[in-house]
Amino acid sequence: MIALPRPSFRSLAVWQRNLRVWRKMLLPSILGHFGEPLLYLLAFGYGFGRLVGDLGQLSYVAFLASGIICSSALFTASFEAMYSAFTRMANQQTWNAMLNAPLVVDDIVLGEVLWAATKGLMSAMAILLVATAMGLVADWRALWALPVVALSGFTFAACAMVVTAFARNYDFFLYYFTLILTPMLLTGGVFFPREQFPEWLQGLTYVLPLPHAVDLIRPLLTGGSLHQPWLNLAVVVGYGLAGLISATALIRRRMIC
Amino acid sequence: MRVEQPSAAAPLVVAHGLCKRYGEQWVVDGVDLEVRQGEFFGLLGPNGAGKTTILRMLLGLTPPDGGELQVLGEPIPARAREARTRIGVVPQFDSLDPDFTVRENLVTYASYFGLRGKDLAPRIAELLALANLEGREDTPIAALSGGMKRRLTLVRALVNEPRLVVLDEPTTGLDPQARHHIWQRLRELRDTGTTLIMTTHYMEEAERLCDRLAIIDAGRVLASASPRTLIQAHIEPHVIELLDAPGRAAGEVLAARGAGVRAYRAGDLLLLYTATPGALLEELDAAGHRYLHRPANLEDVFLKLTGHELRD
Ligand SMILES: Nc1ncnc2c1ncn2[C@@H]1O[C@H](COP(=O)(O)OP(=O)(O)OP(=O)(O)O)[C@@H](O)[C@H]1O
Ligand SMILES: [Mg+2]
Repeated sequence: MIALPRPSFRSLAVWQRNLRVWRKMLLPSILGHFGEPLLYLLAFGYGFGRLVGDLGQLSYVAFLASGIICSSALFTASFEAMYSAFTRMANQQTWNAMLNAPLVVDDIVLGEVLWAATKGLMSAMAILLVATAMGLVADWRALWALPVVALSGFTFAACAMVVTAFARNYDFFLYYFTLILTPMLLTGGVFFPREQFPEWLQGLTYVLPLPHAVDLIRPLLTGGSLHQPWLNLAVVVGYGLAGLISATALIRRRMIC
Repeated sequence: MRVEQPSAAAPLVVAHGLCKRYGEQWVVDGVDLEVRQGEFFGLLGPNGAGKTTILRMLLGLTPPDGGELQVLGEPIPARAREARTRIGVVPQFDSLDPDFTVRENLVTYASYFGLRGKDLAPRIAELLALANLEGREDTPIAALSGGMKRRLTLVRALVNEPRLVVLDEPTTGLDPQARHHIWQRLRELRDTGTTLIMTTHYMEEAERLCDRLAIIDAGRVLASASPRTLIQAHIEPHVIELLDAPGRAAGEVLAARGAGVRAYRAGDLLLLYTATPGALLEELDAAGHRYLHRPANLEDVFLKLTGHELRD
């Protein structure tokens, strides 16, 4: 039985510390958020979209834009919770300094996950802006996607933080990318509808959080209807909580020894 | 040196039978400590003695495998977070934030204590002055010298106006000038009533600064008292170091005669301990041997108690 996390409001100091660093590098950070996903959207959306044609009522570019908003939140949050958090934990002694102040591991883990989720949200918002400007967003309901993106970012960050808890060096993260993130990305309905896969594979990959995030976020952006919103939410929240609880327990064991 | 004063106030740190085991090794093995209000307390011991582990236990960062611990009236580790709001920490290894400048480091560290807003700016100016880092507010950490980093780390530990400051080898690796700066700041802190606990390898440092200290080796406290008391209680007041081979041979002969002379071999040195050095010195002078005559110090105490030199 592991002890549940008992974070305090001091988590916000961790979040704010990271925001302070981010603000110092505002321009490259923002460029990074817009740059790559935008290229994907243009290249695949228009290049590939011509070949694919429309998906039902939906143009392929609009389908793809809503998918890339999800995958961008996924990758941005995961990166931050792995590479950046690991740097602060193991190389820069940032967490050790925090632990000398009245912060505990629970605060740090929650603060880092919240920060990674924030970065995920920022990257998704950048694409949402572009997609809106390109006329790919249906209506004002799209704003409802933002809290869902933030929640999904939290979940992806919390799961990545579990990996960070085990990491001894940066190479370790490649396992997670290769074994979990990439398969989840390719089967999650980001680039093409999951229905293209055989049913057994659809079922198998539906236990992962990304397809549920996509199922929630895409209809909100493209004006479609939600099919199983409560199931989708439950899976996303479930992974988020499980990730946070295990990451906290593991990092406690690693740092308080 | 200050005279020890009996203090009526409850001690700030009380440890009974503290133990910590890593694998099969007991790195802290039944340590009892009591640090009183306003005291400058030293933990003196060689590499691997368990100094850092003891400090980490005081901060609630290493859960003990046995024993009881109270710091600032709080049970540790149960209420370590509450205790740490009133503690300042200078860790053994640099933990300044390389993503920030000097000032940003102080502001950010203050935010971990919930300190922000208008009152903070004057406090930070004060700390920058204390560290002699005025004019370097906007310097990135990577551009600071070792001495500057240590000074900044010291004032960073004071941002919350702590009642207790814990320092893990605050001057290791510093040049004499930087060391004196830190010593001066530590004495000032002590004079304003702050309680300090410091670990060190340096006898001289411990002897100069500490009101009381514990000599530890292999996780045990071998002796604990004021530096002067330790020296008086354990060691003859005069030490003669014989520095070359003929001198060592002569020293062995003198010691073998008994007569209040104790010999100790430490590497290529022979140490003679005695309360009455007069006759010995005359004989050594007559034979023209090279030697060093000095008062006994903590290193001698350490040597006697542990049977090995401090710096290993
Ligand atoms: N997390 C750990 N896991 C395993 N062994 C440890 C751990 N931390 C410390 N040790 C061991 O415990 C012993 C005491 O270490 P500690 O760091 O407390 O010594 P120290 O007196 O501070 O030494 P130094 O003067 O080198 O800083 C050492 O043998 C060290 O290798
Ligand atoms: Mg140490």
